[in-house]
Amino acid sequence: MIEFIPFIAVVVMVFIGLYAVMFRRNLIKIVIGITIIESGINLFLITLGYREGGVAPIYTGLPPGTAYPEQMVLPVPQALTLTSIVIGVAVLALMLSLVMHIYRKYGTLDVRKIRRLKE
Amino acid sequence: MNSMEKRTIAAVLAFSIVAVFFFFSIFLIHPFGDLGQVQMDNHIIANTQNETGTNNGVTAVVFDYRGFDTLGEATILFSAVAGVIMIFRRVKE
Amino acid sequence: MTEMTKIVKTIANILFPFTVLFGLYIIAHGHLTPGGGFQGGAVVASGCALLLVAYSSRWVFKRIKEKRLATFESIGAIGFITVALLGLVFSMVFFGNFLAGSNLLFGTTPATGSTLADFNTGGVLPLMNFAVGVKVIAGLFVIVLVMAYASSVKEWGQ
Repeated sequence: MIEFIPFIAVVVMVFIGLYAVMFRRNLIKIVIGITIIESGINLFLITLGYREGGVAPIYTGLPPGTAYPEQMVLPVPQALTLTSIVIGVAVLALMLSLVMHIYRKYGTLDVRKIRRLKE
Repeated sequence: MNSMEKRTIAAVLAFSIVAVFFFFSIFLIHPFGDLGQVQMDNHIIANTQNETGTNNGVTAVVFDYRGFDTLGEATILFSAVAGVIMIFRRVKE
Repeated sequence: MTEMTKIVKTIANILFPFTVLFGLYIIAHGHLTPGGGFQGGAVVASGCALLLVAYSSRWVFKRIKEKRLATFESIGAIGFITVALLGLVFSMVFFGNFLAGSNLLFGTTPATGSTLADFNTGGVLPLMNFAVGVKVIAGLFVIVLVMAYASSVKEWGQ
């Protein structure tokens, strides 16, 4: 059970974000919930590639005496996490622009009131 | 408020069912730090310096072994900036 | 947004060159130490956001229109595609590394194992790092500038 703690942290983060998306009424809180879900998934990608007692896969200034394919952390999940972070930034920028437009038009940020106004 | 309470009860039920499924599928992943067979990453770490010529394994994977994904990511960043500028085009005074 | 007092402006004047220099160092040494194009671009963009908060966004917008920044970003994207297509011309593979192992600009191969950092290595990777770094700086600065300016205009006309 002790060796599954990072994965339990990922599940807790995804469920905090899912709770904020489903049960909150303010639009900004829903956007923050989506960001928390994305952070949880980035953490999951990084913890898939860990090796016990490993160092970073960089050869500059490596501590002398480490056997290099057996003691280095995998580099491919780190590359996928970089791409995922940039995609998260792009989606967050577009979501916040649309929230600003909604606020200018309706005057409120309550999700239940925006649905009922018919103009 | 009958439909509102029904909706809340349905949401809580769906949330708890998904939580149970997620929690029981954690224990099917490999334990933290104990990888199995990783042949592609062992080849990448062992042959970075003579195939690519850099010391940094992560930059070699991002720009050389998987450069096509970086091209897609640059396209996404470009289209996000284009979308933000296009949304705020009427504000100029 | 409104502008800040003179103390904040003075400290922002002092801190801005150090932040930009640190970000450019992270971009330029992407093939030796942890870092690269995306990370260094984010650091420089946060330095520019510091400048946007200290002076107001109207002051910055009057001097830098976003058309110039969009041109800057397109130059970075075109540079990235050009390096990839040059790999197709010179070595028959898209994104091929045609500078590693040859005697041209970034050509020497490092010794295997733990070495000291040699800037001359890397093949085609430092050029791609510069192109992506320019693209990320311009892109993130434009996003923050346009959103800050649009939230300070009182009413959005037609």
